[in-house]
Amino acid sequence: MKEVYLDNSATTQAYRNVAELVQKVMCEDYGNPSSMHAKGVAAEKYIKEAKETLAKIWKVQEKEIFFTSGGTESDNLAVIGAARANKRAGKHLITSSIEHPAILNAMRFLEEEEGYRVTYLPVDKYGRIRLDALKEALCEDTILVSVMYVNNEVGSVQPIQEAASIVKAYNKNILFHVDAVQGFGKYHIYPKKLKVDMCSISGHKIHGPKGVGALYIGEHVKIRPIIYGGGHQKNIRSGTENVPGTAGLALAAKTIYENLDEKVERMRSLKQHFIEGVCQIENTTIHGLYDETSAPHIISVGFAGIRSEVLLHALEDRGIYVSAGSACASNHPQISGVLKGIGVKQEFLDATLRFSMSEFTTLEEIDYTLDALYNIVPMLRKYTRH
Amino acid sequence: MRFHTFLLKYGEIGIKGKNRHLFEDALVRQVRYALKDVDGEFQVYKSQARIYVDCEGEYDYDDTVEHLKKVFGLVGICPVVRMEDQGFEQLKKDVVAYMDEMYEDKNFTFKVESRRAKKSYPKNSMEISRDLGEAILYAFPEIRVDVHHPDVMVNIEVRNEIYVYSQIIPGAGGMPVGTNGRAMLLLSGGIDSPVAGYMISKRGVGIEATYFHAPPYTSERAKQKVVDLAKKVAKYSGPIKLHVVNFTDIQLYIYDQCPHDELTIIMRRYMMRIAEHFAREDGCLGLITGESIGQVASQTMQSLAATNDVCTMPVYRPLIGFDKQEIVEVSEKIDTYETSIQPFEDCCTIFVAKHPVTKPNIDVIRRSEEKLAEKIDDLMKEAIDTVEIIEVK
Repeated sequence: MKEVYLDNSATTQAYRNVAELVQKVMCEDYGNPSSMHAKGVAAEKYIKEAKETLAKIWKVQEKEIFFTSGGTESDNLAVIGAARANKRAGKHLITSSIEHPAILNAMRFLEEEEGYRVTYLPVDKYGRIRLDALKEALCEDTILVSVMYVNNEVGSVQPIQEAASIVKAYNKNILFHVDAVQGFGKYHIYPKKLKVDMCSISGHKIHGPKGVGALYIGEHVKIRPIIYGGGHQKNIRSGTENVPGTAGLALAAKTIYENLDEKVERMRSLKQHFIEGVCQIENTTIHGLYDETSAPHIISVGFAGIRSEVLLHALEDRGIYVSAGSACASNHPQISGVLKGIGVKQEFLDATLRFSMSEFTTLEEIDYTLDALYNIVPMLRKYTRH
Repeated sequence: MRFHTFLLKYGEIGIKGKNRHLFEDALVRQVRYALKDVDGEFQVYKSQARIYVDCEGEYDYDDTVEHLKKVFGLVGICPVVRMEDQGFEQLKKDVVAYMDEMYEDKNFTFKVESRRAKKSYPKNSMEISRDLGEAILYAFPEIRVDVHHPDVMVNIEVRNEIYVYSQIIPGAGGMPVGTNGRAMLLLSGGIDSPVAGYMISKRGVGIEATYFHAPPYTSERAKQKVVDLAKKVAKYSGPIKLHVVNFTDIQLYIYDQCPHDELTIIMRRYMMRIAEHFAREDGCLGLITGESIGQVASQTMQSLAATNDVCTMPVYRPLIGFDKQEIVEVSEKIDTYETSIQPFEDCCTIFVAKHPVTKPNIDVIRRSEEKLAEKIDDLMKEAIDTVEIIEVK
């Protein structure tokens, strides 16, 4: 059966060259970077090169790059590590109400267990944080602001540069963290130009391996580790480096940024084509913005009258893989907080699918998916619960 | 304490007259099956109305007991210490040492009971009991004898070696699986049906199962959940042949043709028919459901009668008089509860009407089903022909 994978915001297929490199490192250059012998040196070289690669992409220094076990750990390290290291300056944190659980639950932990105060910024109906609310929220006690680059459920792009300017104008010592897990590999992200102090990414969202991520931590940032051990990575992140994963992450980053603008342009036109096609179906709605100010790869569509899980499985029967709402939340069939947050109507809350593309998505696949929807949607609408 | 043997006691099958050996053989088979994946070398054999498991060399005691506790037909599992026969004086020392090691606190009453299988042994069973009792009594000052209601019964069996045991771990009870034919369980992903399967299996009945899935209305994960549940039941019942039937087209056809408040009842009637088809094909002697009177609309007395109407085989409903909480308790005991409560839609909940009939009239239901005449036979055949069989172990 044909396979059309439109769940790239959940995870991506690895680049072939990445998979080959990971295998090579595991089978041949399997040394521990901390070892003194040649095997160790060979392994260490991959870590160094990975730092060089990311430093170039981000336009930052190599020593400002740290590797983690993925997006969640990067987010946790940034939020918890920075909050703890700076608590003498204050105990107020700001984030948005539509962050990934890796941020939201880290914030909640600090709120409930460690006595921090957290402001959750509201979003407009397109899923963008309200800058006026950010201005109001800032106070003397504020030490950290964390906002995502691209929302994973509806694809809204946050005004990071404006937000960071507002924060820094208020008090340059307040740290700004960006969760760029969904934005990395789709946008050129330069932390220093954006005036952000920390930036999280994940390997498996950019055709790299799972279980590896990175965190940019500006040189000036005070941060405490959240994992304790042998003092690797300048004691910020102990634990033997995941050499194959790190090498894979770097190669994936390098590969995805080759001809990035061209790839993004292609995704954007496919997205436009898909949206036009979907809108032919009665009673559908696109959540969030869908012009060029939104992410090029994410489309959130509500189909009135159809339970998303059923439509998802019906598409699956035709080899099309998508998510209901957000994959991270869909293990617990609860109504998406993000969709509710942007004011999506009740009838669409449990009736929304997220289609997310990658550079491998083709026009033919999009048309195949549209044809499937034209067939399935009317059929499923006929059979509903009364 | 190192135990060398388990002496397994069985209850009811001891009284089955001339068929007894059949039951014993089944039990030996089930015990062997249960220990198949346990680390260790086990010899399972019957001798003088008991079943013995000799454990040679190293074995995992806790895991062995856990597995034996799941064998239907066993009422007691006694871990035995085997002692070489080196004369009675040595035996006294060994038994005292056994008591010392088994019971840290000796403040209890005991009695010694002996069986002399080896008739050439120089003392008879009365003498053995008396003399060993005396040795124990003198060895430990706090210990007392109570021949009527002892806290601890010390059992001595004189065979080629001397078997000593004083602990009885309760077994699963019931009858050995395979001694009472087979039946077909209608297995959903819920709490009740795995418990129903367990209970019937406990009476010695081998289990097959039928699950109805309705893609895309139910997911692969819902199906996996049912396989997982079957696996848990199979730990007691032995392997289960699971029939996975694609029910979507039948369901949609019923939806198209019949009044919506009767959907569930009509759907269940077709499920019974299909399950009975597979049951007959495989020589099962009945159907098993997890129904309990009045639990939901489809389980009122009227609904049960309407569902039962299409069956020619007996339908066993072991939970019929159970409250939900009682069912939950059993499901927790057999470790199916956590799996059952995973939130995946099963095909019964998809098309449930807001107000389903609670007192269906069989004649009305039959008339509604006549509206299905045109295509239902083909759809049934299709569903039966495309069945997926999963051997669950």
